[in-house]
Amino acid sequence: MTAVWVAAGVMLTAAALLTMIRLLIGPSTLDRLIAVDTTVAVTMCGLGTWAAFSGDTTVTYSLAALALISFVGSVSIARFRVPDIKDARR
Amino acid sequence: MSAVEVLTAVLVLSGSALALTAAIGLLRFPDTLSRMHSATKPQVLGLLLVLAGAAIRLRGNIDIGMIVLTGVFTLITAPVIAQRVGQLAYREHNVPDELLSVDALADRENPQRSES
Repeated sequence: MTAVWVAAGVMLTAAALLTMIRLLIGPSTLDRLIAVDTTVAVTMCGLGTWAAFSGDTTVTYSLAALALISFVGSVSIARFRVPDIKDARR
Repeated sequence: MSAVEVLTAVLVLSGSALALTAAIGLLRFPDTLSRMHSATKPQVLGLLLVLAGAAIRLRGNIDIGMIVLTGVFTLITAPVIAQRVGQLAYREHNVPDELLSVDALADRENPQRSES
């Protein structure tokens, strides 16, 4: 059973690192917004994996909080950000 | 390993593999809409698989309710974000025309550029 948790942790860490590369090089603001969303989703997957691994249920509240806060943050960025190109239709 | 442990392992591993493939797709896909397509995998399906694995592992606990609530929140909020971001990406010409077979929004979005 230990190999399963190690494999899940390695895959989630690799996913977070690859997503952060896109967060750094993303050409437009929307790409970075998508990368941030994916990072939060991977974090939530990691917290769920931790809850399943340890049997510790205190992280479930942070899961619900992360789901709501990431929604508010993404909608705020999509609404109030500055467009990247000059002739953007808004 | 009992059957419940095997089920938990399969669910958690599938969710983690979905997160990894989504990250690879996020790096390799060419435009914003393709990256959105890739990014929604861990947001909905991967997260739900991992949460199902955690719920099976923690069965009988009172905090299962928070896990279910997290899944419901994710299912409700993911389409809203996807709609906003997709609309913005289309309006800012982040969609290459040669990758579209049908541009269903062409009539609606192009005439008045100052709308919305």
